[in-house]
Amino acid sequence: MKAPLKWLLAYTDIKYEDTDDFAANIASLMTLSGSKVETVDKLESGIKRVVVGKCVEIARHQNSDHMFVCQMDVGEKLGGVIQIVTGAQNVALGNHIPVALDDSVIAGGRIIKSGKLRGEVSVGMMCSFEELGLSKDSFEGGIDDGVIVLEDLKMFAGSDFDAFIGKDIMEVLGVCYSDHVIDFEITSNRADCFSITGLAREAAVTMGAKFIMPDIKVKEEAGTKAADSVEVFVADDKLCPAYFARSVKNVKIAPSPKWMRERLEAAGVRSINNIVDITNYVMLELGQPMHAFDKRTIRGNKIIVRRAGEGEIFRTLDGTDRTLNANMLVISDAEGSIGIAGVMGGENSEIRPDTTEIVFESATFDAVTVRRGAKSVGLRTESSSRFEKGLDPKLAFHAINRAAQLVEELGAGQVEKGIVSFVRKDAFEERNVPFDPEKINAFLGTDIPEKKMEEILTDLECKVDTENKTLVPPYFRHDLICMADVAEEVARFYGYNNIESTLLKNCEMTLGSRTKHQRIRDVVRTGMSGNGFREMLTYSFESPSVYDKLMLGADDPHRNFVKISNPLGEDYSAMRTSMAPTVLRTLAFNHAQRNKKAWLFEIAYVYIKNANEEELPEHREQLACGCYGEMDFFKLKGILETLFEELKIRDIEYKASSELPFMHPGRTADIFAGNIKIGYFGQIHPLAADNFEAPRDSYIAVIDLKPLSDMAVEIPKGKELPKFPAVTRDLAVVLAKDVPQGDVIKIIRQRGGKLLESCELFDCYEGIQVGSGRKSLAYSLCFRSPEGTLTDDDIDRQMKKILNGLVGIGAELR
Amino acid sequence: MKEKLAEIKKAFMERIEESSTEDSIEQIRVAFLGKKGLVTGVMKFMGQMSPEERPAFGQAANEIRSFIENKIAEKKREIKALQLEGTLAKETVDVTMPGTPAPCGSLHPLNKVTEEMKRLFIGMGYEIAEGPEVEYDYYNFEALNLPEGHPARDTQDTFYITDKMLLRTQTSSVQIHVMEHKKPPIRIISPGKVYRADNLDATHSPIFHQLEGLVVDKGVTMGDLKGTLEVYAKAMFGENTKIRLRPHHFPFTEPSAEVDVTCWGCGGKGCRICKGEGWVEVLGCGMVHPDVLRRCDIDPEVYSGFAFGIGIERTALARYGVSDLRQFFENDVRFLEQF
Repeated sequence: MKAPLKWLLAYTDIKYEDTDDFAANIASLMTLSGSKVETVDKLESGIKRVVVGKCVEIARHQNSDHMFVCQMDVGEKLGGVIQIVTGAQNVALGNHIPVALDDSVIAGGRIIKSGKLRGEVSVGMMCSFEELGLSKDSFEGGIDDGVIVLEDLKMFAGSDFDAFIGKDIMEVLGVCYSDHVIDFEITSNRADCFSITGLAREAAVTMGAKFIMPDIKVKEEAGTKAADSVEVFVADDKLCPAYFARSVKNVKIAPSPKWMRERLEAAGVRSINNIVDITNYVMLELGQPMHAFDKRTIRGNKIIVRRAGEGEIFRTLDGTDRTLNANMLVISDAEGSIGIAGVMGGENSEIRPDTTEIVFESATFDAVTVRRGAKSVGLRTESSSRFEKGLDPKLAFHAINRAAQLVEELGAGQVEKGIVSFVRKDAFEERNVPFDPEKINAFLGTDIPEKKMEEILTDLECKVDTENKTLVPPYFRHDLICMADVAEEVARFYGYNNIESTLLKNCEMTLGSRTKHQRIRDVVRTGMSGNGFREMLTYSFESPSVYDKLMLGADDPHRNFVKISNPLGEDYSAMRTSMAPTVLRTLAFNHAQRNKKAWLFEIAYVYIKNANEEELPEHREQLACGCYGEMDFFKLKGILETLFEELKIRDIEYKASSELPFMHPGRTADIFAGNIKIGYFGQIHPLAADNFEAPRDSYIAVIDLKPLSDMAVEIPKGKELPKFPAVTRDLAVVLAKDVPQGDVIKIIRQRGGKLLESCELFDCYEGIQVGSGRKSLAYSLCFRSPEGTLTDDDIDRQMKKILNGLVGIGAELR
Repeated sequence: MKEKLAEIKKAFMERIEESSTEDSIEQIRVAFLGKKGLVTGVMKFMGQMSPEERPAFGQAANEIRSFIENKIAEKKREIKALQLEGTLAKETVDVTMPGTPAPCGSLHPLNKVTEEMKRLFIGMGYEIAEGPEVEYDYYNFEALNLPEGHPARDTQDTFYITDKMLLRTQTSSVQIHVMEHKKPPIRIISPGKVYRADNLDATHSPIFHQLEGLVVDKGVTMGDLKGTLEVYAKAMFGENTKIRLRPHHFPFTEPSAEVDVTCWGCGGKGCRICKGEGWVEVLGCGMVHPDVLRRCDIDPEVYSGFAFGIGIERTALARYGVSDLRQFFENDVRFLEQF
């Protein structure tokens, strides 16, 4: 919320000083007491020597088809009639136009000097809104395309234009206000701070100054009764606890006085006319959104607060048709809607230049209803953003009177007697909040005297009852409910930074730790890093099209992903079900950067949709590795084996797999631990690599983390080193080429029994000597017994068993 | 006979001086000490000597024998030493040639920062809790005092899966899971991914990382929160770091604060990093709201607690002097290998 400092301090006894240091100091103190400052800006136009001139002669430029040579009367003091050349097409004889004189400064600090334009002297230039650093939107009737013609601006309707000649244009436009504007971040709990008075109250308490609320008094001079002009019915008092209306007769629509325009514009609100400005002024000043209806448009002189019709089409005063629904609240007259409650009024009842009677609305609407309504019509207004934070009926009451008072002060009309209102029984109820200084000190870890607490709370307009240890918060503080809320108020003004720092001094020690799963995850991460892999961090959403790139079947389960209903784009709409696309895309990115080698890994989740869609998806944690450059199948396998060894998981088996369409059918293995499949690795299918523009020699490995952490042995049992010598035998067998080596070694291990200490493949040979379609495998077997030295007989027996087993898979001794 | 021995010694000395290989020394040994060697030959004359002459001769002959033996051994050692010297000379390498690369990986900078934080808090008695990223609205919002329709929901642009399910916008959701399953004393941190519908640019990412902290016990005070965060700030940003708490609003803590640390770039004087402020905002925190405790069946009259949420990216950007957030998620190995 933009708060002009001069305006804000008008409600305190602090004197405004026009220096940046003064403003910065207030901003910094306010920030530390909880009103966070986003920016502090000096409000200053920087425009110099730009005055109103009257066009007293206009002729086409001899040497240009689009320029004009104008004689401008800028007043005797400034040189009388001077010649200005312009390219603007909207200048007419008699127009009053801002003229930047010789040696003047316009927006952006640009200096304007006399010069010649295609041979014609120009003693300065005429200015557009942009050249004065203004926006045409602040001036009804203003245009972008051309210079400012005062006659076009609605605010000057009926003015004596010649009186403006030679005057500073910024003063004439009412934008020469000098002030500092502090932009505050207003949090959702502080509806009261969404107003100048609310912020002034905070400033006063922060700086130990006095807060002065405007004195609200209404004279009611019309002589007639409001109740005879308008009736109010609230059909749904759950959503509207209070509604106040006041009527004004003999309204004269005119521009607001300068002081009001200055304040509004400094706060970033465009001045429109006196009545609309009053509603905006009250909203900014008190935080209560208001509305003004043209009374002649209120059919049946009835105001009814009710739910909108489902699908009702309603045109808001910005000229847009909105579709309403039955959860929204509207203001209606005897025949139909005239406003969306708390959001925006209707075009049908808006204030017009010829409006003579008005009805002011100041009401309290249900916060959630306004918020939802505003959202569903896509209209977040100054009004709705205040209502959605929760406002109090008392505030609405003050606001309706304040508006009436301003009408009288501005001479904008005559206020009728009385307020037409609806007030729900409980609307003005006060509530008690516990106030126990001892508990507050115990909670904050402080030793603040009760007196000091009382002082702070009283300054904040709480009624403190120290005897009964309760307080009644002011009506505008709906956020004060429990002890912690009161503690915060005390702490804010005591100073958060004055609280003494301690380290859980009232608590017993606890043991900090990681779970086994967390420890193993770290072992895997450091293990992979030790093996030369670099850890990556990737996004967990994907484009649904990646499953086509992976060449997965139409009903592949990977395609059944958790879908984001409002993604940043289709390409980010699927929670990933596979790490493969992530890995491939990262490899492709590195490849595109011409990195010769990329070995990457990550431990992350894939999200497996639950059969019951109401339930959360399974978050399956996986180790994903992707690599190209200096890599081959067996190198990657060796790295994985090292990892399993590090985790002391020994029961790992690899089986050829051709299930995954995105993997090389002859160079992919499923990894089994015990009988559980825990992952796969291998070379990527060349077509899948092409689809992702990854190198064709890319390898990936994906392993579930949970089984690894379940099976990992953190504290292995130490064994005594052998006392007796080992006996080594070599064994070479010839068998069909397509029998996996893994089957052979499995039989050797099974049959070798306890005495077989180790068995290693040392040669694999294919060639004419062993016959076509066959291969020779040679193993080195090591036998040992913990009980004594083995004899040749012992070993022969074992070897025979092994051979017998191997015969079963068609192997013969070489 | 004595002359004979002197001749042998002289002849030996001449030959041994000239020899320079192990083979030639072996030949000399055979020639003098072998079965048919000169010394052996002279010894044979002993039998022909008178008993009076024998002892003296025997002694002289033995002396000559051991002299030759020692000399040969010494010469052999010399030759070996020379040979080794030659070998070593041949083995000399150019130490400035490049080393053979051994595998060297690295951990992601965001995870490195997180790991530092984990170690710090584990040392202070915290456990690590983890929670789901695809989360129920209840845990992410409702249980944290952010019911449907609450305006503060607008400050977190949320990705929804269904009406009741979303991608968590804050690690604070884990607080509720923890408190539902564990009774005080609770001291946990919970690092993880969070999601908000922001487009990726130099300072924003739809996925980023937070580390949540939660302490619930009897007698936990706001002073304890402040003290804990001071330890954190000093550990992460340097021993001279100061912190500043600014009152703020989070629906699930009361009182709430945003926390600034003195700028790591300038130490508080004002620079480009802190935009001249001297302070940089690093986290949000507060005392756990009594309603939140109550909703998890923890009696706020008995227990109190504090919670904080730290942005990992911001800390990592500061720590490693990285200027663009996007680099963390591009995973260019040239970027990763720096850490």
